[in-house]
Amino acid sequence: MTTTQERPLTTATTPDPPPLLSVRGLSVSYAPPRKGTHLGTGAALVEADLDIRPGEIVGIVGETGSGKTTLARATVGLVAPAAGTIEFAGEDIGGLRGRARRAFRRSGQVQLVFQDPLRSLDPDLTVADIVREPLDIAGTLSRTERHERVRESLRLVGLEPDEVLQRRPRQLSGGQRQRVSLARAISTRPRLLYCDEPVSALDVSNRNLVLNLLEQLRTELDLAVVIIAHDLSSLAGIADRVAVFYRGRIVEQGPIRAVLEHPAHPYTALLTASAPSIGDEDRLRPDQLKPAPDARVWPADGVCVFAQRCPFAHDACADQPAPAPLPDTPARLAACHDAVTWRDRLSARPHEDRKATP
Amino acid sequence: MSSPSEENPVRTTLEVADLQVSVAGGLVAVQDVSFEIRRGESVGLVGESGSGKTLTCRAILGLLPATGRIDGGRIVLGDGADAVELTGARRSTWDQVRAVRIGAVFQDPASYLNPSLTVGHQLAEQLRVKGSLSRRAAHDRAVELFDEVGLHDPAGVFHQYPHQLSGGMLQRVLIAIAVSCEPELLIADEATTALDVVIQAEILALLRRLRDTHGLSLLLVTHDLAVVAESCDRILVMYGGQVVESGPTDQVLRDPRHPYTQALMGVATIGSWHRRRLDVIPGQPPAAGEEMPGCRFAPRCAHATAACESGPVPVADLGGDRTSRCVLAGHLSLSPRVTTGQEVPA
Repeated sequence: MTTTQERPLTTATTPDPPPLLSVRGLSVSYAPPRKGTHLGTGAALVEADLDIRPGEIVGIVGETGSGKTTLARATVGLVAPAAGTIEFAGEDIGGLRGRARRAFRRSGQVQLVFQDPLRSLDPDLTVADIVREPLDIAGTLSRTERHERVRESLRLVGLEPDEVLQRRPRQLSGGQRQRVSLARAISTRPRLLYCDEPVSALDVSNRNLVLNLLEQLRTELDLAVVIIAHDLSSLAGIADRVAVFYRGRIVEQGPIRAVLEHPAHPYTALLTASAPSIGDEDRLRPDQLKPAPDARVWPADGVCVFAQRCPFAHDACADQPAPAPLPDTPARLAACHDAVTWRDRLSARPHEDRKATP
Repeated sequence: MSSPSEENPVRTTLEVADLQVSVAGGLVAVQDVSFEIRRGESVGLVGESGSGKTLTCRAILGLLPATGRIDGGRIVLGDGADAVELTGARRSTWDQVRAVRIGAVFQDPASYLNPSLTVGHQLAEQLRVKGSLSRRAAHDRAVELFDEVGLHDPAGVFHQYPHQLSGGMLQRVLIAIAVSCEPELLIADEATTALDVVIQAEILALLRRLRDTHGLSLLLVTHDLAVVAESCDRILVMYGGQVVESGPTDQVLRDPRHPYTQALMGVATIGSWHRRRLDVIPGQPPAAGEEMPGCRFAPRCAHATAACESGPVPVADLGGDRTSRCVLAGHLSLSPRVTTGQEVPA
């Protein structure tokens, strides 16, 4: 098996299979007011629409507090949505309560992988215990089957079962630990895997090892994978599509290469311009995408979430735009009034030397 | 990138020569590390975890872990009359060096601030103790510094506690504290790693601006070549406790002369978005203290020959400020973007 993959340029998704996960109008608030439908000050996710198809890798990017992790928590049933629906394989899981919700969670159809394996793996348990635990909870396999499944899962992530089964997390290297987390997550043969910053605690070379592993698992297990990351470059090598979050809203989504090369939302453009890169070709600079210091001050409510940081904001931006398909590429959505036109105003902007006088 | 100005001769801010550091009772973790940082220059120290880059900068700061020891070599700060030898320096020397002549910022800003004191208090304290300013002067200078590092409403920020500020703002506070006593050298150890890309770009721009306005020398420690590419004049690549390649950043990245640098470029953020491949460097780096007669990268190197493993590989001076610790450095042009993808080690 090789770890070097050239991704095909277009991920030809055959005549739209029904989505595995379909999120519609999802809002989540951590401190909803007692009355009314307003989300209050704890709004973490506002009217999010997102589809994940079987076998697809979707990247989620955005700054801290933009709602990335909240979406994952809502999907596994750790927080209840304030509005909207979450359908998993045709079943509305947002509305599940009590026993039904517990049964869904225990079935292990959706699994999570966390950022720091040293903190998310129980230090007292051996690798064998850690990987077997979800199977014990699901309770569908016999003792021997579970034992065999543990070994199989470890082999799938490239670990030799006999070498690691009796070790504890402290006795593994960083890359091995993250592979054990993956083995734990896939032991129930989930259909959807949420990876929350799976590689940001790892070195560059281990990072690519884990990403390649995710790519390989999705083909071997027909797994849909959602990767939450703040590092665009690791996503660019692996994801099929990307969703960009800003302040609780999905401001742009679409095929990853198109989005990164020709961002339709000014925030996405700011992200790609800010990413450090070795081959520094003719790309935009971050200061071209920041408002002038004397830009107008926008009210807090109702306006486009990005207006305050957007150099192109104008009167229409007082209304938050809904995500709309781009005219010639319906697979791409952007929540910007000027998704098509802001680029034209870019060259006309004169404040290039603004940073020179700090 | 500014050359170290026209004033002759070129002043040296820091000279490290043949540094040896061992940890945990004799495991050699840093070997024969030599480099210098000139006035106003920014130098990037790159390597994977365990390569010795953090131990090197801890040795420069006199902050080695309890089991760490400097076994040999010299670390000299400044030149001429200002020169101070830092290996084996006394407490009283360190008091005049740390925070005054060398400032430092690290990866997790929140853990370096006292949560129960306002950030302004903590900056003013530094100014009063190390800079001998009066209470009022320290307050005014602190507000000025907060403004200089790009915090909005600096007078308001002065009265805020660390938990009220975001990670990017805290890192700016720490940078303000680090440069408050006008140090000659600022060490940034993975200072932008935990921040999102937009903030990371802003912090890197801030460090570049401080270098230009204060004549600071910068030592930027990171595992990400792309960060170094945009911010550093020179680059030092560390592997297994040794500097394996050094030289001007653009030359090293255009034409790497050590197979490890080349492999690292394969796994880093390179170029435009559509040329993506997720390369992996096969094998594991050597553990601290691991005895290897020859090149420490040889077991993972695609170009290794028997000669590489038999005896020590000296540092080859390639001219033009470039060095490489590779027997092939002079002969072989290691063109970048050669496939390094191999089997996943079990």
